[in-house]
Amino acid sequence: MVKTSVSLGSWVLDNPIIPASGTFGYGYEFAELYDINCLGSFSFKGTTREPRFGNPTPRIAECPSGMINSVGLQNPGLEKVVTEELPKLKACFHKPVIANVCGFSPEEYAEVAARLSEEEQVGLLEVNISCPNLHAGGVNFGSSPESAAEITARVKAVSKKPVYIKLSPNVTDIVSIAKACEAEGADGLTMINTLLGMRIDIARRRPVVANKMGGFSGDAIFPVALRCVYQVYEAVSIPIIGMGGISSAEQVIEMMLAGARAVEVGAANLVNPYASRDIVAALPAAMEKYGIQNLEDIIGGAHG
Amino acid sequence: MQQSFFTVDENVQIAKKVYKMTLLGDTSAITAPGQFVNLKLDGSFLRRPISVCDRADGMLTIVYKVVGGGTEKMAAYEKGTRLDILTGLGNGYDTSLSGEAPLLLGGGVGVPPLYLLCKELIQQGKRPTVILGFNTKEEVFYEKEFEALGAAVTVTTVDGSYGQQGFVTDALPSHYTHFYTCGPEPMLKAVHRATETDGQLSFEERMGCGFGACMGCSCKTLTGYKRICKEGPVMRKGEILW
Repeated sequence: MVKTSVSLGSWVLDNPIIPASGTFGYGYEFAELYDINCLGSFSFKGTTREPRFGNPTPRIAECPSGMINSVGLQNPGLEKVVTEELPKLKACFHKPVIANVCGFSPEEYAEVAARLSEEEQVGLLEVNISCPNLHAGGVNFGSSPESAAEITARVKAVSKKPVYIKLSPNVTDIVSIAKACEAEGADGLTMINTLLGMRIDIARRRPVVANKMGGFSGDAIFPVALRCVYQVYEAVSIPIIGMGGISSAEQVIEMMLAGARAVEVGAANLVNPYASRDIVAALPAAMEKYGIQNLEDIIGGAHG
Repeated sequence: MQQSFFTVDENVQIAKKVYKMTLLGDTSAITAPGQFVNLKLDGSFLRRPISVCDRADGMLTIVYKVVGGGTEKMAAYEKGTRLDILTGLGNGYDTSLSGEAPLLLGGGVGVPPLYLLCKELIQQGKRPTVILGFNTKEEVFYEKEFEALGAAVTVTTVDGSYGQQGFVTDALPSHYTHFYTCGPEPMLKAVHRATETDGQLSFEERMGCGFGACMGCSCKTLTGYKRICKEGPVMRKGEILW
């Protein structure tokens, strides 16, 4: 019997499979299909202080081995998430969840983080720093070590739960940003967010998505995500949750060998609604095939 | 929603760029006309949402237009091809609101979902009037199929090359109890303006998942934000923001 459990600080997950924020809603659509309690955890849709409709449609574009989305953080806002979505979620998922925190100012991040961290259901906060800073010309908080550090410090100061910072790959040096977050007390990192991409409809000669650009995810970004996790693992000592293009148990093992303690599964859920469940189910056999008795033993195992 | 495998039984061209595909498989999750299915195609990442044209026990019919790489691949599928399909997606047409003499207005590839609707309305003893709009003669399809169901059918073409010249809204009957429509958005707007009764409109949008998870196809309505794939594709006239 292989051991699939992994720890994130003091939180022990039955297995490392976590559906990624924005690809699993609040779980209900999937709970209609299967018992989602087979998952290690899941990261629910990103929360902002105010309700948001998000970007105009079209928001989605097909890509070779992936997709672009520019949903624009559609969510019902902090108050409704706490009073309506989380209680409903509790009925179908009985393990701690990951709360994805978004904001357009340091104050908003702190307010959302403080409130969500008070919820008993929340195991840890995942802070999406790929949001535009509306007070600084719309530059993403995650694009410089200084602004990433500022958000980390603000959230750490108010959070009652571990704080994981979700890093953007759309930067010159992801390692320096990871180190800046660690220096400000981040309890962990999740990486990577989507890659900025676009498609053009050649018949209309216009971008496919209304927002022109969007986040590229899916199979194609797995090598980029793996590389980022590998590099950051060498530079920090806090836990990393790896994500980007994962759709198989073998890729989970590969990501963990690069240094991830757990993984998130994103775009794959949208194509195959059973993807996360199938990966959980396939993991023990994949471990046996590669002679892995305990998943914890392989974390960072590819580093010489 | 259900995920299962279907086998292509027939895939034939029925009009310019328009194909009819019949598939064998489990159709039990399809509960209303106006719902759609989402097909996984080899070599494409995202599934392709296509409205249900007809269903029977063990048989699904879709009618689709070749508009890009995905539908080009579909057009080449031969009998025996096995496809991974999500069925029973979306909120379809509500036939209980039709009244005795419902009006069905379809435009181009908006015509197919009205076929199963028309069939069910007739089975319920209703007397539907059907208006099918196309740009030109070579794009016309399913006129005879609707007639075979027992519906009164009028075909309009924009260029007048077949049927009545003009748009579907140029052929409105004097009396109808409720309308059902599907077609390009300018047509839906025109129908929304020209009709005097309540009705139901089916919308189209680029989708990520097709089952409500990704929020890729959201729209604003008078009754809040809706997902075309989940609360839609069919919306009531009274909730649309036009």
